[in-house]
Amino acid sequence: MAMMPHSGVPGRLATLRQLAQRFAFVALVLASFMLMLLGKADTLLLERVRLVVQDTAAPVLDVMSRPAAAIARLVDAVSEIARIRADNVRLKEENERLMQWQTVARRLDEENRALHNQLNFIPDPSAHFVTARVVGDTGGAFVDSMLVNAGSHEGIRKGEAVMSGEAMIGRIAEVGMHFSRVLLLTDINSHLPVMLESSHAKAIMAGENTDRPRLNYLSPNAVIQPGDRVVTSGDGGAFPPGLPIGVISSVQDGVAKVEPYVHRYQLEYVAVVDYGLPGVIDTDSSDSSDSDSSSDGDQSQ
Amino acid sequence: MRGTPLQRLEMRLRHALPIVITLFLILIVSTPMRLPGFASIAPQLPLIAVYYWAIFRPDLLRPWVAFLLGAVADIISGTPLGVSSLVFLAIQAVADSQRRVLGRSFLMAMWGFILIAAGAMAVEWIMSSLVLVTVLPIKALIFQYLMTLTFYPLLAWVFVRAQVALLRRA
Repeated sequence: MAMMPHSGVPGRLATLRQLAQRFAFVALVLASFMLMLLGKADTLLLERVRLVVQDTAAPVLDVMSRPAAAIARLVDAVSEIARIRADNVRLKEENERLMQWQTVARRLDEENRALHNQLNFIPDPSAHFVTARVVGDTGGAFVDSMLVNAGSHEGIRKGEAVMSGEAMIGRIAEVGMHFSRVLLLTDINSHLPVMLESSHAKAIMAGENTDRPRLNYLSPNAVIQPGDRVVTSGDGGAFPPGLPIGVISSVQDGVAKVEPYVHRYQLEYVAVVDYGLPGVIDTDSSDSSDSDSSSDGDQSQ
Repeated sequence: MRGTPLQRLEMRLRHALPIVITLFLILIVSTPMRLPGFASIAPQLPLIAVYYWAIFRPDLLRPWVAFLLGAVADIISGTPLGVSSLVFLAIQAVADSQRRVLGRSFLMAMWGFILIAAGAMAVEWIMSSLVLVTVLPIKALIFQYLMTLTFYPLLAWVFVRAQVALLRRA
């Protein structure tokens, strides 16, 4: 920077400049704290800025994520070739078994339809979904979230379920024009009403920023053991009941941990599903209601 | 400033190098690497950039720029807004105050980074925990710290090359 060669009192000027610099630094530190407070309060202006920055960054991330995805696909392909014979045997067996199940399912479907007709049953609204690519896997040790390359333009709305295959992996927390942020079920801010598939014992699955979320508020006399399937309970009305999440991986000292069916590193494409359920999540008010709403659902049990 | 407009433009572009590098690192740490368990222990590469330039070219990465870069980093990664701004500023302040010592050799700089990054991540952990009103798990953060340290020599080497190639005449 310019050094003020013709100042008569260089010493004093230097002190002044140092003072100014120090003042600027303190101001910036204070501004950081202000940001933390504002970010907590979720002001509209900040929300706008956030969306603009993310909408700008998302296309760049999209491009940058492609090489890693390509390498991962190549590795997958090679290991698949190595396993091809074993897979073939396994799939043939599985196919046979599934054919039998298909017969059963057809019959049950027919029966179900007939019974529905007799009862004037009102069916759940039909679901539709948007497939999106994961372009950002972010947050490090602090946050478990992902950016996907579809947003309000593609019809995605806040609170929708995010699925990979059959399993639920998270929900939409923020929506930009062409991207959205997925809050994974493992995030510390994620609280989801779930139940054990076999016993229908209800609980709240809470993320801990680790691979395995834990079950809270599980009724003390519920029978639970490793291997039990965990599905959504549908309490709170945000998601339909019965979406698979994972299996109980361990029960220690009354703390049950859930091993999700899908891990975050495996995700390349996800489906954002709109089940047409109004739920208790108000899609256009403050986003802190997301996590609160699910804990409300829990208290009502 | 002297020289033709074109030379001035070129100079400006060269001087933007530290900012561009830091921004690039912010983006790259958010890219899905598709490796099991990697996401939660991914190195915090932007810290290295902020630290390095605070020692070797503090005039090219001013505190207000570090503040803005921190905000961008927080927005992209979804971490509590303002925390990275504070962490970047803290790194800059400490590194800048000790730059005569830290700039002496690679080993001094590395040693400084080991200490300063530990402090920075502690601040990050405390502030994030406060904002999220929870006690964040610390194990992944320790691995993140170690990962960040292992990347320091590589990135510092790249930065030295970049500095010699593009900023020597500045």
